[in-house]
Amino acid sequence: MDLMGRFFKDDTSSKDMAVERLRLVLVHDRAGVTPGLMEALKEDLIQVISKYMDIDEEAMEVNLNSGEFSAALIASIPVKRIRR
Amino acid sequence: MPGKVIVITSGKGGVGKTTTCANIGAGLANHGYKTVLIDADIGLRNLDVVMGLENRIVFDLVNVVEKTCKIRQALIKDKRFENLYLLPAAQTKEKDAVKPEQMVELCNELRKEYDYILIDCPAGIEQGFKNAVAGAEQAIVVTTPDVSAVRDADRIIGLLQAREIAEPRLIINRLRPEMVRKGDMMDINDVNDILAISLLGIVPDDETIITSTNRGEPAVLDSSSRAGEAFRNIVARIKGEDVPFMSFDFDLGFMDKLKRFIKK
Repeated sequence: MDLMGRFFKDDTSSKDMAVERLRLVLVHDRAGVTPGLMEALKEDLIQVISKYMDIDEEAMEVNLNSGEFSAALIASIPVKRIRR
Repeated sequence: MPGKVIVITSGKGGVGKTTTCANIGAGLANHGYKTVLIDADIGLRNLDVVMGLENRIVFDLVNVVEKTCKIRQALIKDKRFENLYLLPAAQTKEKDAVKPEQMVELCNELRKEYDYILIDCPAGIEQGFKNAVAGAEQAIVVTTPDVSAVRDADRIIGLLQAREIAEPRLIINRLRPEMVRKGDMMDINDVNDILAISLLGIVPDDETIITSTNRGEPAVLDSSSRAGEAFRNIVARIKGEDVPFMSFDFDLGFMDKLKRFIKK
């Protein structure tokens, strides 16, 4: 089928690209999330978590990911050691 | 029964708000409803030329809210449609010449005497938008099937819902069935899925809209116009009738059928 698709030169139609791009941009629009807000969130997360754990701030990642019509905050925070 | 105040809005400019407003208004008036169209785009007056009433303006919206004239004096009666009136925008004032409270008061006055009050909202989300939606209880969002218009429509829908305007309804304007068929334009389902509000109508891209606007005559009464037919259906739905959506299916050629088959 892939081969047939290529045969007809329409791997991705322009309207599929429109739908895909719109879905992505609307996740951020609807959530009202700016890069500045994400940065502020990251700073606050570091402060809170540092009370309990020693984390690798450099390797930390916080992203807003999109499902079809929902958003999820995915954070990857490497822990160096637990504070006791 | 008090009249209904419906704002026609879009966020993005140039998607057909004013044309939509003129056609729905003329359609409602043609069904015998006393209808007022308010051009809320202060400084960029347009509904008057689209309606062909530009030569008859004496007073405007700002005169009315400042009470330098009576509402009745500012309303222009359309000679072609028994029940249709236009309240034009001021052309030489700023958007902040009108306050939301004044619009609420004006709409409440008009409700007493008219069946439908349609407000043509300016593009954008600033003061002009706030004024236009202030007195409205219903909203129609107009979009075209392209990424920028749909994105702005989504933003507007969010703002309308925050203002407790129940159930904004969507009109998809300037649909080009030929491009949809080729996969080069988002179709009704794509736009509808993304915006997730109820669909009021689909208006095909139609040259008769340009020619009728040139003449200053709404296309809604032109029986040969596809867009006119779409607007007649929209008017019927606003009245509460259940009208099926127009079909835009073309007779597909052999290669297109084969392509569709393979895609599935």
